[in-house]
Amino acid sequence: MHIQARERIDGLVRSLIKATGLIVISILGGIFFMLLWNTVSFFIHVSPLDFITGTQWNPTGRHATYGILPLLVSTCLVTLGAMAIAIPLGIGTAAFMSEYAGKRLKNILKPAVEMLAAVPSVAIGFLGIVALGPGIARLTQLSNGLNALNGAILLSVMSLPTIITVAEDAINGVPATYKEASLGIGATKWQTLTRVTIPAAAPGIVAAIMLGVGRAIGETMTVLMATGNAASFPKGFFDSVRTITATIAIEMGEVPYQTTHYYSLFAIAGILFLLTLVVNMAGEYFVNKFRKFHSA
Amino acid sequence: MNSEHIKLAARNVDLWFGAKHVLKQVNAAFPQNEVTALIGPSGCGKSTLLRSFNRMHDLVPDVRIEGKLLLEEQDLYDKKASVTQLRKRIGMVFQKPNPFPKSIYENITYGLKINGVPAGQHKEIVERSLKESFIWDEVKDDLDKPAMRLSGGQQQRLCIARTVALRPEVILMDEPCSALDPLSTLKIEELIIKLKEEYTIVIVTHNMQQAQRVADKTYFLYLGEVIENGPTASIFNDPKQQLTKNYVTGHFG
Amino acid sequence: MKKKLAPFIEWGTLLFCTGTVCFFLVVILWDIVSKGASSLSWGFVSTPPANGMTQGGILPAITGTVLLTLITALVATPFGISCAIYLNEYASDNWSARLVRAAIRNLAGVPSVIYGLFGLSLFVQAMHMGTSMVAAGCTLGLLSLPYIITTTEEALRRIPASTREAALAIGATQFESIRDVVLPAALPGILTGIVLTLSRAAGETAPILFTGVAFYINSPSGGLNQEFMALPYHLYMLSTQHQAIEQVRPLAYGTALVLLIVVFLLNLAAFYIRYKHSKK
Repeated sequence: MHIQARERIDGLVRSLIKATGLIVISILGGIFFMLLWNTVSFFIHVSPLDFITGTQWNPTGRHATYGILPLLVSTCLVTLGAMAIAIPLGIGTAAFMSEYAGKRLKNILKPAVEMLAAVPSVAIGFLGIVALGPGIARLTQLSNGLNALNGAILLSVMSLPTIITVAEDAINGVPATYKEASLGIGATKWQTLTRVTIPAAAPGIVAAIMLGVGRAIGETMTVLMATGNAASFPKGFFDSVRTITATIAIEMGEVPYQTTHYYSLFAIAGILFLLTLVVNMAGEYFVNKFRKFHSA
Repeated sequence: MNSEHIKLAARNVDLWFGAKHVLKQVNAAFPQNEVTALIGPSGCGKSTLLRSFNRMHDLVPDVRIEGKLLLEEQDLYDKKASVTQLRKRIGMVFQKPNPFPKSIYENITYGLKINGVPAGQHKEIVERSLKESFIWDEVKDDLDKPAMRLSGGQQQRLCIARTVALRPEVILMDEPCSALDPLSTLKIEELIIKLKEEYTIVIVTHNMQQAQRVADKTYFLYLGEVIENGPTASIFNDPKQQLTKNYVTGHFG
Repeated sequence: MKKKLAPFIEWGTLLFCTGTVCFFLVVILWDIVSKGASSLSWGFVSTPPANGMTQGGILPAITGTVLLTLITALVATPFGISCAIYLNEYASDNWSARLVRAAIRNLAGVPSVIYGLFGLSLFVQAMHMGTSMVAAGCTLGLLSLPYIITTTEEALRRIPASTREAALAIGATQFESIRDVVLPAALPGILTGIVLTLSRAAGETAPILFTGVAFYINSPSGGLNQEFMALPYHLYMLSTQHQAIEQVRPLAYGTALVLLIVVFLLNLAAFYIRYKHSKK
C-alpha cells in the first residue's frame, strides 16, 4: 500500500479511537442528566422538602406520599448490618491469606474468593428465600425470615469478595521491611500484624470497606428477594424492610410512564446514585492515598 | 573532515522533557559508511540524541525539540516529512532485544509487508538479511520457530536482520550489547564492522573498549552537551578536554 | 501457659474468619447443586415450560441468556477495546485521559438497577427499541463497558514499550503497530477480561427488569426486537412471584443450578485462557 494511504488510515483511526474515549464520558453524563431531568420533573409535583423528610412512601394510596426516609433508613440499616458481618470477616480473611496461609492454601483460597464473587446475586437471593429465611424464622419464632437481618447476611456475602481482594492487596503491599523491623525487635507475629501491618495498610483497608459499602448499597436482587419489602418505617433487624433499589425494581415494572410516581423512582435513584458516588470516591481517595504513601 | 560525505547531522539541537533541559546546543555530523560512537556517563543525553534521529520521542508527551536534525538535506522534523518513510530510511536496534512475538520468518517479513515489498521477494530477502546478520546458519532450519525462543544474542542479531532487510541508509544502535554475554557481544561487534560497508552506523555505548574496537569517530557527551569529538583513537589516547580525559581513563562514569 | 496459648487463639481467630467465608461458598454450592441436580435432565434444558410453569423445562430462558450475552459482547467489546487503546496507546496521561479514567471508575460503581433505568430511558423510550432483546443487550453492554476497558487496558499495559518501538522503527504507523503487534500480544489478557465480564453480565437481573425480560413468551426464538426470557429473571420469578411457589421449587433449584453452571463455565474458560497463556 502506498505510504500516503497508510498514513491517512493511521490518522483516521487515531481520531476514531479518540472519539470512543468520549463515549464513556457521555454515558456517565447521560446517566447523570437522565436522573437529574426526571428528578426535576418530579419536584415540579412534589416539594423536595416533603421528599427528603417524608416518613411515608405510599405512591399508590389515595393521597400519594413520597417520603424517602423509610427507604433510605432501610438501605442504611441493611448495609450497616452487612458491614458489621463482612468487615471483620473480610479483614480477618485477608490477613490470614496474606500473612498466615502457605502458598498452597493461598492457591485454593484465591479461586474460592473469585468463585464466591462469581455467584449471581439472584442465586444468593434465592438461597435467602429457601434456606436462610426459614432458618431465621425457626430461630426467632417469626412467621417468616424475610427481614433486614436476612438481607444483611446475604449482602455481607455479596460484598465479602470485594473487601477481601482489596484488603489483601493492601496488606500484601506493606513493605516486608516494616514487618521485619517489628519482628526484629521481638514483637510476635500477631503484634506485628495488629500494630504495624494493619495500621500501615489502613488506607487500603478503608478503601476496601468503602468499595464493599458501595457494592452493598447498590445491590438489588438479593435485598429484593430476601427482605420482605414492607415499605413501612423499619424498627430493627427483625423487621421487613424495603431498600431504594428494591423499590425501583418493584415499582418501575408496574408504573405508567411519565407520571409523578414514575418520576419519583428516578428521584430516589438519583439519591442512590449520589450515595454510591460519594462512597466510591471516598474509596478511590483512600486507594490513591495508600499508593502514594508506599511509592514515596 | 570536509572531504567526507555527511549522512546524518544535528545542528544546534536543544531538547526538553517537560522542564528538564536534556540536550543543549548539540552539534554532530555522522559521515557515510563509518561507525560513530556516542559515549558518556548515564544521563548525559546520548540515547536521547540517538532516539531523536528516528523520532522515537514522538510518542512521549511533553517533549520539545529545537534546532535541526538532518538526513542528507532532508529536515527530519519537517511538518511535511513522513515519519513512517523516514523511519524506513533510518533503522534502529534497541538496548534490549525486542523481536516481535511471532516466528523468525515473520519477524523479517513484517517490515517488508507493511512497506509494500512484493511477496515474491520475501524469501530471498529473509535469507539475505539473516546471512548479513551472521545468524542464517543457526536458524535456517527453524524459520517457523517463535523468535522468543532464541537466545538473547540470537534475538539481537535477528533484530539487526529485521532492520537491514529494509535496506535503510542509517542504522542507529542504542547500547545493542548491554544485555548480552561477552561471546554474543563479540559477534555483534564483528557484524557492526562488516555492516558499515553498506550503512552509516551510529552506536551508543557504555563500554569504552567497545567504542575503541568498532568506532571510527567518537563523540563524548556530558550533561547534555558535546564536550569533545574526533577520531576514536585521538579521543581515547589524546583527549583535549580534562572532562574527556577523566571519563575515558575511568575516573567517573 | 498463657504465652503458649496466645498464638493459637490469634491464629484461630483468623482461621475462623477464613473458614466462615469458605463455609458460605460451600453452603451456596452444596445447597444449589444437591437440590438442583434432581431436576436437571436433558428434558429440563431442551424443552419450554409447560402447564403454567409448573412443569417442563427452561430452554427459552437458556437461549435467551445466551443470545443476550452475545449481544452484550457485541456492544461492549468494540467500544471497550477501542477506549482502552485510546487510554493506553494514544493518551497515556493527559487531562482528557484522566477525565475518561475518572468516568470509568465512577461508571463501575453505579448500581446496576440505575443502568436499568438508563436503558429504559435511552434505548426503550428515546431510541424506540421498545422492551426488547436489543434494548436489554445494549443496557448490559453499557454496564460491562467499564470492566472491559479496565481489563483490556491492564493487558495492554503489560506489553513493553520496546515491542511498540520495534514496529515503529521499521516504518510501521502507530495504527499498524497496534493492530499487528500490540493487540495480538495482548489478546489472551483481553479475552480473559471479556469472558469474565460476560459471566457477570449473564447473571445480572436488575438491568434487564424494565428493558425487555419477560416471565413467559409464546415463541421461544423470538426476534431481537421482542421480549425474551432469561435464566436469572426466571429464577427470580419462580422463587417469588409464582402462584404455586412450593410446587415449582424443584424447577427453581434446577434453574439456579443451570445459571450457576453457565456462569462457572464462562469463568472456567477465562481461567483456561489465562493458564494456557502463562505456560507459553
